Amino acid sequence: MKPPKFEYHAPMTLDEAVAALGRYGGDAKVLAGGQSLMPLLNFRLARPAALVDLNRIASLAYIREQDGQVRFGAMTRQRTIEFSPVVAQRLPLLKEATRWVGHLPIRTRGTIGGSIAHADPSAEYPAVLAALEGEVVARGAKGDRVIRAADLFQTYLTTSLGSEEILTEVRLPAMPAGAGYALEEFARRHGDFAIVGIAAVVVREGQRCKLARLATAGAGPVPVRLRAAEQILEKDGLGEAAIDAAARKATELVEPDADIHASADYRRHLTGVLTKRALIRAIGVARG
Amino acid sequence: MVTVRLKINGVAHEGRCEPRKLLVDFIREDLGLTGTHVGCEHGICGACTIMFNGEAARSCIMLAVQADGAELATVEGLMRDGKLHPLQEAFREHHGLQCGFCTPGMLMTALDLLRTNPSPSDREIREGISAVLCRCTGYQGIVNAVRAAAPILASSR
Repeated sequence: MKPPKFEYHAPMTLDEAVAALGRYGGDAKVLAGGQSLMPLLNFRLARPAALVDLNRIASLAYIREQDGQVRFGAMTRQRTIEFSPVVAQRLPLLKEATRWVGHLPIRTRGTIGGSIAHADPSAEYPAVLAALEGEVVARGAKGDRVIRAADLFQTYLTTSLGSEEILTEVRLPAMPAGAGYALEEFARRHGDFAIVGIAAVVVREGQRCKLARLATAGAGPVPVRLRAAEQILEKDGLGEAAIDAAARKATELVEPDADIHASADYRRHLTGVLTKRALIRAIGVARG
Repeated sequence: MVTVRLKINGVAHEGRCEPRKLLVDFIREDLGLTGTHVGCEHGICGACTIMFNGEAARSCIMLAVQADGAELATVEGLMRDGKLHPLQEAFREHHGLQCGFCTPGMLMTALDLLRTNPSPSDREIREGISAVLCRCTGYQGIVNAVRAAAPILASSR
């Protein structure tokens, strides 16, 4: 239960971090908040040759609004996001999701970039990134590239980030004013990994649905956008029958796996139940 | 080996260790402060929770080298002038501990909860302390203690 040996680098700049990472040819790990990586090291499930610790790079922690997006430095702590007025105003879904991320002393260290790059299928931030159609910026030796949420998550704990790239920024489009939102999650204990979670966004015009977004956590190897369920609402409105139909459709759109916490059937069932709950709550707080 | 210089409970310390040394082991073995406990060693049980630059953090999933230049506080730093901290007093008054193993983590977690939410509801207290496991199942006493301490800490601010 102690980490194996590794070389340790704590660069003060992003350029130094990219250079350090590049020297190990994919055998180094980036250390952000460490709330997932450190347990993996303690269990020796991860044995990297080196750690490149981003915690000394002050320029990687910020929240700023630009071009209709809210942009987060990868090292912005989850606790900072929880209390950010910009997030409360522009991204209330992210604020709500943050209260489900681990526990208080996890969120003081855990970062938005780390959570997304780690790509745990039951994590909340990847589901929010998928629901809001956000994107991330990756820095490698050749410079920056932007990766859309849909192109980022590949399978369990696996993203399209290169092993010598560092996720530096997370960009989420500001939610339309008055948009309804909800994150519904079921876990054995608040703060534990989600068995299933559903992120929902609804933009309404009376009973008409101008836009619906639904994304899952824990219902498969990556966050799943429930597009066919969204389309039911956008076509048929926000009445009870449409909500029921969307929730039923949601259960057909996921391919969950079984593990020690829950069977695949149970997760599929939860996907429908939580989709309905999330939609009812999101519609309830939507204005317009 | 790396050099780690930090302040803990207001006192400056310096030590040398391997980069892989966990912060909690550095605190206990190198600094001799054994009030912070080691439970699960993978960030689940919360017994090792300390204050890191003023915020609660789990010291079993941080490296000692990451604390270089940091200010830490542990359970040993809570007493003032030979008197228990009001939160410790409330834990004693309301039977907020039984075997005491989780208590250091409970105290440091509750301190950060009350710092950021000075008058929490019972639900918020439960959510806050759910970060720490108590195997004596004494949660009700802990909730009572945190609830009782909240106005005392708020008025002393």
